[in-house]
Amino acid sequence: MSDFLALTLAEARDGLYRRDFTARELADAYIEAMAAARALNAYCAETPERALAMAAAADQALAAGNAGPLAGIPLGIKDLFCTKDVLSQASSRILEGFKPRYESTVTANLWRDGAVMLGKTAMDEFAMGSSTETAVTGPVTNPWRGEGSNKNLVPGGSSGGSSAAVAAKIALGATGTDTGGSIRQPAAFTGTVGIKPTYGRCSRWGIIAFASSLDQAGPIARTVRDAAILLKSMAGHDPKDSTSINAPVPDFEAALSGDIRGLKVGIPKEYHTTQMPAEIEALWQQGIAWLKDAGAKIVDVSLPHTQYALATYYIVAPAEASSNLARYDGVRYGLRVNNGGGLHDMYAKTRAAGFGKEVKRRILIGTYVLSAGYYDAYYLKAQQVRTLIARDFAEAFKKVDVLLTPTAPSSAFGIGETTDPIAMYLNDVFTVPASLAGLPAMSLPAGLDKAGLPLGLQLIGKVLDEETVIKVGGVIERAAGFAAQPKPWWRS
Amino acid sequence: MSIDLATVRRIAHLARIDIDDAALAPMAGELNQILSWVEQLAQVNTDGVPPLTSVVDAELPRRADVVTDGGYPQDVLANAPRAEHGFFAVPKVIE
Amino acid sequence: MAKLIEGATGRWEVVIGMEVHAQVSSNAKLFSGASATYGAEPNSQVSFVDAAMPGMLPVINEECIRQAVRTGLALGAEINLYSVFDRKNYFYADLPQGYQISQFKHPIVGHGRVTIEVEGESREVGITRLHLEQDAGKSLHDQHPSLTYVDLNRSGVALMEIVSEPDMRSSEEAGAYLKKLRTILRYIGSCDGNMEEGSMRADVNVSVRRPGEPLGTRCEIKNVNSVRFLQQAIEYEARRQIDIIEDGGKIDQETRLFDAAKGETRSMRSKEEAHDYRYFPDPDLLPLKLAQAWVDEVAKTLPELPDAKRDRFVADLGLTPYNASVLVAEKESAAYFEAVLAELTAVSGKPAREVATQVANWVAGDLFGALNKAGKSIENSPVSAHNFAQLQKLMVDGQISGRIAKEVFEHMLATGDEPAKIVAEKGLVQVSDSAAIAAIIDEVLAENADKVAEYRSGKDKLFGFFVGQVMKKTQGKANPQLVNEALKAKLAG
Repeated sequence: MSDFLALTLAEARDGLYRRDFTARELADAYIEAMAAARALNAYCAETPERALAMAAAADQALAAGNAGPLAGIPLGIKDLFCTKDVLSQASSRILEGFKPRYESTVTANLWRDGAVMLGKTAMDEFAMGSSTETAVTGPVTNPWRGEGSNKNLVPGGSSGGSSAAVAAKIALGATGTDTGGSIRQPAAFTGTVGIKPTYGRCSRWGIIAFASSLDQAGPIARTVRDAAILLKSMAGHDPKDSTSINAPVPDFEAALSGDIRGLKVGIPKEYHTTQMPAEIEALWQQGIAWLKDAGAKIVDVSLPHTQYALATYYIVAPAEASSNLARYDGVRYGLRVNNGGGLHDMYAKTRAAGFGKEVKRRILIGTYVLSAGYYDAYYLKAQQVRTLIARDFAEAFKKVDVLLTPTAPSSAFGIGETTDPIAMYLNDVFTVPASLAGLPAMSLPAGLDKAGLPLGLQLIGKVLDEETVIKVGGVIERAAGFAAQPKPWWRS
Repeated sequence: MSIDLATVRRIAHLARIDIDDAALAPMAGELNQILSWVEQLAQVNTDGVPPLTSVVDAELPRRADVVTDGGYPQDVLANAPRAEHGFFAVPKVIE
Repeated sequence: MAKLIEGATGRWEVVIGMEVHAQVSSNAKLFSGASATYGAEPNSQVSFVDAAMPGMLPVINEECIRQAVRTGLALGAEINLYSVFDRKNYFYADLPQGYQISQFKHPIVGHGRVTIEVEGESREVGITRLHLEQDAGKSLHDQHPSLTYVDLNRSGVALMEIVSEPDMRSSEEAGAYLKKLRTILRYIGSCDGNMEEGSMRADVNVSVRRPGEPLGTRCEIKNVNSVRFLQQAIEYEARRQIDIIEDGGKIDQETRLFDAAKGETRSMRSKEEAHDYRYFPDPDLLPLKLAQAWVDEVAKTLPELPDAKRDRFVADLGLTPYNASVLVAEKESAAYFEAVLAELTAVSGKPAREVATQVANWVAGDLFGALNKAGKSIENSPVSAHNFAQLQKLMVDGQISGRIAKEVFEHMLATGDEPAKIVAEKGLVQVSDSAAIAAIIDEVLAENADKVAEYRSGKDKLFGFFVGQVMKKTQGKANPQLVNEALKAKLAG
């Protein structure tokens, strides 16, 4: 094999099964590429020894004929997943040195199926962000650059280490988590495919919590098929997570029939915002045309409370975060700052030193909206609006099978360019509504903007209907024929 | 509603996050910016609308009353910044 | 009857409400699979969930739900078919999550009641609610000069918080309420009621007012762990509040601790911290929905409750209300009494009502008295219910007299032996042979001819003397009834 890195996950899987090459060879290629791409800062912890050990096990299983569906596939794992005896810090200083003595359910599922861990990918601290600039290990750089530009761009966030790693071909696939768009927006920014499945499809057990009612794991990969293969392994009912859905996991890859004739695709009118750049609007129209050409029926639908989704999200998510992050207190793990004061002084000093600016901001907002006298006006109100947003989707899905929208209101922006918190929050304007309603959604690359940067389209499906999302995604992927790749400027 | 410095101090104390006096005012500014932005929700009529607390429409799963976990104090304490004699050790509360 | 307290400026009424934390009897914790038993090595009964490791999630223990519902039913309370688990947020070293999972707006059990008896009068104490929540870990402050040690073995253990209405008006009523609650929980087995091990703790709200006036400001006394301390704490606290008000001061609403060594309450914090628990529904859990049919099934598992049992003892067995109350106060003593009675009726063929009073007197009097003296509980009584029933049978059959029975009982207490064995070994079988008794009577009359003459000339009181002499000669073994009859006949001569 001349270039292992060029293979998609599906191709690599098939090659390994055919014994065209070994998992060891594949792992070596990725370990080398990962080490050569440190300029991107995508990995916050590399685990080459573990990768080689897992590759060896995969080779044995392949030889013995009892290999799992992901045998020998090298993956990057977002730092939000707890991985046994491997640093798991949510890219935060407060979890300095934390090596869990347990393995998250989702990663355990991947290892069960034979996948190989290359390392942990950096992220916005505690998954709070859309640019992966707040990782304690420093910002991650998008492999993509504008045509003729040397400017470093963000890979999106919070799963920016994962999206950058997949785009730079230093992982064959990666895990992400999505609370308000943290899989889909980075996928859009890096020309990769990201799926946020139905809330409850993937177990949250062992994933460091940000906002429990919204957090959901999913894959980032190079193709829709690759993402479908990964999702199949990641998903599944978990009795250890009370919000895990007890439903069979379909063969998502088999959903890629390419046949969408007669399928009804909804176009939510509220997503046509005045601020949306013309080229994104144009790409959306292009997507509509592709689906029409493939035999789908286009239906205009209304999601009237869309404009309130972001504000709702920025109450609900910080409220839950303020409580979820209370456990980082310097008592049982991670950072402790103790200047000889008492217990409460240790708490306040530890948390002041351990959390970054955005995390603190959200903890404080969350604490405020839950505090006595404000609960009804903010938190309760937001949860009521959330009901209305979910109802909007339920109404729309009476008429259509899937929704098509842009993923993000812009392409990747420069590192350090967005300093205003609300401007940063606006990145999630198209992804947050599906998160609030717990619906499956996918971003896939559909074209480039005039600067040569990738743009994504988003498909939103009915509860537990990832299959339709994947099927329609496959059709767009084929029609778009997205083949652009970032130039490997980062290779050392 | 606007947050003053005393409120920031109170919230920061509730959240156990030390904030320098100098940082209070900028933080109050940021929080107020965010709060005034989210206050747009007041425009939405939510009379009689139940709050959504979980998007999962299922029964609360229950575990059987069987001891299946624990018994690994070394793992529980493995990451502790300070542990002594099998206990977590923390500074005393100073009143 | 409200019991009023005399102050310097008049009479005061004390108003008491209570929040009792009762540990649910379960093998595992409320939301994890770690053991809930008491007294293990530090941090050895802790799962990653209980230690609030990152990414850990709660899954509820079905037994804790069932026991909370049973307890609600036993308190005559409404069972809420829809309840919600909330997070109560605050920081403390032994609260690893930084919040306690509890139930705030929608508890699993609503209004109920407990009937208490004080000085022969009964009254009802309202139950406001019962909810499930997690216990915290344990902080040890006295093991190191500058450090607190934290053990999370209790972290996540299931508690029922049972909240009463402010319906109690004296420390006696408060004590009676706590005892009664404990009895009920132990009857149904939802809590072992072990106050020394902390299975039951009470937070007591105390306020004082002039009779008829609105409620005064209350103070909460935290974590009282015995009935005696509870009563001392209330009495001290009521007097403290009365003194403050009578001196022109006012009561600060605050949390206080009872110092058992000094017998006084003191403020827990120099400056009371503003509590703002920021309750909100735990997004890691779904609402708890119960089916009425399931609740009905659970109701069938309830045993006879102490009030019903006491009423039945009085009505069906003819016991005195006092004996009945004493017997039902502990589940085990009621069970012992019933076991003895059942065996006795079976082996003697006598109806229960005929022998119940005798058995009740013996159990409530002789047995409890002896156990008390020995510092033993009924569960480790040296006299088994079977042996006790055998002893009663010997009496009922007339094989031994009551006096001999007491002697046999003493031996049973000391040795745990069967009564028949003791009677045989000590030769205590009652003499019921009329000829033998007649011979002894003849002896006695012959030896006391002067007294016989006195008797026959009208000194009836000497009859007892003759009985005593006969008993003395038989070492008390003569059947008293036969002695009486034979003596009367002979003396009548």
